Amino acid sequence: MAQAAIELIGIDKSFGAVRANRDINLEIVRGTIHGIVGENGAGKSTLMSILYGFYQADSGEIRVGGQSASIKSPNDAIALGIGMVHQHFMLVDNFTVLENVILGAESDALLKKSIAKARSELERLEREYGLEVDPDAIIEELPVGLQQRVEILKALYRGAEILILDEPTGVLTPAEANHLFRILKQLKEQGKTIVLITHKLREIMAITDTVSVMRQGTMVATRETRKTTVEELAELMVGRRVLLRVEKGEAEAGGVKLAVQNLTVKDSRGVTMVDDISFDVRAGEIVGIAGVAGNGQSEMLEAISGIRRAVSGSVMLDGKPIDLTGAADPGELRDRGLAHVPEDRHHVGLVLAFEENENSILGYHDDPRYLRGPFLNIDAIRDDARDKIAKYDIRPADCRLKTANFSGGNQQKIVLAREMEQDPGVLIVGQPTRGVDVGAIEFIHKRLIAMRDQGKAVLVVSVELDEIRSLSDRILVMFAGRVVGERGPEATEGELGLLMAGVEHQEAAE
Amino acid sequence: MSTPYAKLPAWADYGLIPVINLAVAFVVAGFVVLLVGENPFRAAAVLVEGAFGRGQGIAFTLFYATTFIFSGLSFAVAAHCGLFNIGGEGQGYIAGLGIGIVCLAFDSVLPWWLTFPLAIIAAAAMGALWALIPAYLQAKRGSHIVITTIMFNFIAASVMVYMLVGMLKPANSMAPQTRTFLDGAQLPKLNWVIELFGAKIRSAPFNITFLLALVVAFLVWVLIWRTRLGYEMRTYGHSPKAARYAGISETRIIIVAMMISGALAGMMALNPTMGDQHNVALEFVSGAGFVGIAVALMGRLHPVGIVLAAILFGMLYQGGAELAFEMPAISRDIIVIIQGLVILFAGALEHMFRPYVQALFASLSPRTVGMEAVKGKGA
Repeated sequence: MAQAAIELIGIDKSFGAVRANRDINLEIVRGTIHGIVGENGAGKSTLMSILYGFYQADSGEIRVGGQSASIKSPNDAIALGIGMVHQHFMLVDNFTVLENVILGAESDALLKKSIAKARSELERLEREYGLEVDPDAIIEELPVGLQQRVEILKALYRGAEILILDEPTGVLTPAEANHLFRILKQLKEQGKTIVLITHKLREIMAITDTVSVMRQGTMVATRETRKTTVEELAELMVGRRVLLRVEKGEAEAGGVKLAVQNLTVKDSRGVTMVDDISFDVRAGEIVGIAGVAGNGQSEMLEAISGIRRAVSGSVMLDGKPIDLTGAADPGELRDRGLAHVPEDRHHVGLVLAFEENENSILGYHDDPRYLRGPFLNIDAIRDDARDKIAKYDIRPADCRLKTANFSGGNQQKIVLAREMEQDPGVLIVGQPTRGVDVGAIEFIHKRLIAMRDQGKAVLVVSVELDEIRSLSDRILVMFAGRVVGERGPEATEGELGLLMAGVEHQEAAE
Repeated sequence: MSTPYAKLPAWADYGLIPVINLAVAFVVAGFVVLLVGENPFRAAAVLVEGAFGRGQGIAFTLFYATTFIFSGLSFAVAAHCGLFNIGGEGQGYIAGLGIGIVCLAFDSVLPWWLTFPLAIIAAAAMGALWALIPAYLQAKRGSHIVITTIMFNFIAASVMVYMLVGMLKPANSMAPQTRTFLDGAQLPKLNWVIELFGAKIRSAPFNITFLLALVVAFLVWVLIWRTRLGYEMRTYGHSPKAARYAGISETRIIIVAMMISGALAGMMALNPTMGDQHNVALEFVSGAGFVGIAVALMGRLHPVGIVLAAILFGMLYQGGAELAFEMPAISRDIIVIIQGLVILFAGALEHMFRPYVQALFASLSPRTVGMEAVKGKGA
């Protein structure tokens, strides 16, 4: 019968007082695709790190192919035929594919022999699994999807029979993701075992055979994929029923609050990142910008919020221009009612080393409410922070705690609370729920819609297509710095996916 | 990757870890003493005895500490703004010029309590101005502040040589220094405070600048943690991007922080000139600006820590001098090695033992640790 490739028996792992994994039992059947889902912090990555030898379990047993195994380092894991494709690729950008594949597996002091051997081996892998990559291409010149393929090749080259993929589709377009899934199915047919870690339930439904759900360090359920539903999995993940789609009424769009005209932005190397973009955001509507990461969305957000210099074009806030020369004072824009939740909350939206209350005034620290002459009015700041903590259910409810000690979702709530409570006319939000767990996503979406219903103009940029579709009243798709299409919220995923991939004309022909 | 370490309680963070670092530094220093054929325990006893044993030693220890408090505060203010001001030495040295001019001009007409404030202003202004140029170059041209402040140390040294062998030197004198200040520019000693506790002091340069240092330490605390300016400096120091986002002007904050840092470095010149030698002489700063870096790092950039670390370094200076005197095998250079080891372990290797202490705390008392365990992505 079906044989277990990996068995985890009673795995326990604590970091300090936190039990990241408690008494985990898991059996992964050879030749299947096994999904592991769970919210951020549920312990998925910890479990896989134990399997791959980054951490050692405090107790419990790992069996690989029926044999009890001691995995003390990634090298042990590789020797046992376990390979891992990380969320963030571990590739040397200016090396060729071939050089990256042999890196760390060179058989000789001189590279010539290793390279020749790797080349023939790569050809074999290509034939067997349909993993086509030019072995002499430089990594940084390859699209992200192919870079990921190189990671898979690296693992296979090292003889991996069991492949762990950690959030593999986060950086891919829908088309690239589909291609990846085809490859994974092919690998499965060749007898490989695949463990897929993700928080995207749709992917789980699409390609896995079995799915295990983790919550708060425990394995709460394992299901056969075809016998479960997205709703059931979501409920298991969160421990209660979740609204996957936010309910909202029709938008009642008013006058134009933010008007972007022919905006062009270059990055520090002089490459055009935003290319002649124009659009409006009206009061009482949410405009969503969809697109694969790196197509100019970040630069556009920074230009509008006065952080980055624009080359040309204009942005009007309430009919008055924003200074795009780079000399704009983001503080002045705040006074004019433009609030900005930046994409990168760790480095831009928050100072992680600060206490929570200190972050709750970042950007508004000039406000006389928080000052007494040149001195900070500590009491007022802390009272204000405590109000926001209560209103936005930020946990733990301690305004003196260092911000780094809050979870991703709560950190995002700190930023949102700060920006929304200023009652801005225009709110621009980059990646509202990146790294945020399901429960908090629901909360944040409801807040954004509440802002809209109060007649604010909201601009949302997100790489999560589901999020864009459920929030937006109008959807703009960005590709290579341009807006390549505008759709209503009823647009299908396939339609938007094609636009995101830049297949504008084909789509238009349909 | 997640950090499998517990958050430490404040007392361990600010007390235990520095003590461990210091202990290790002294153990290694002990081996050095052993190598030159002396008994490390006796050496340690001589050192501590020399620094704190008699009133005389205490007074000298606190005298040295006074200078180090200023230079440590100077480094800390810039560091809170993310700037590595290695130019405290030069800023302090050039401040001697301002002090010299004020003292030479007013010491015959004003009492010390009027000359002193003028000299404070002159010292702070000179130090601030000396920091202004590197700050401007950093803010406007992106010239790295470490490089420019080092270069400005050399320029300051050359300027001072030029001034002290020229304009500031009295006629007919062979020594490259100003004339001795009159009573109007000699600061009162504080030795009597120590004598209140029954100690005897022959003569020591411990003076009123020490009180100024304590007041300034408090003001620096207020500045960093209780003013809008300090908030902006800390924001920029932790994350320039967040500062940009918050509408904090990079140019302004760099220049202001460096000028405050330079002013504090300048004020350290008051102690050896008006407090001790009663003149401005060549090389009077003698490395105190650099010691300030170690003091600030060891004091975790907090004024209270800086005062304590400054006293520790004062002890090393004073006790070290006694040690070189008492045990001839331990030369002045060995003392420098010991001081270097303290700087190495307390400053450069500050975090070396932290993981072990954290692991220990995590295993001992699971209730005192924070919740900072799994904050890795996608877990």
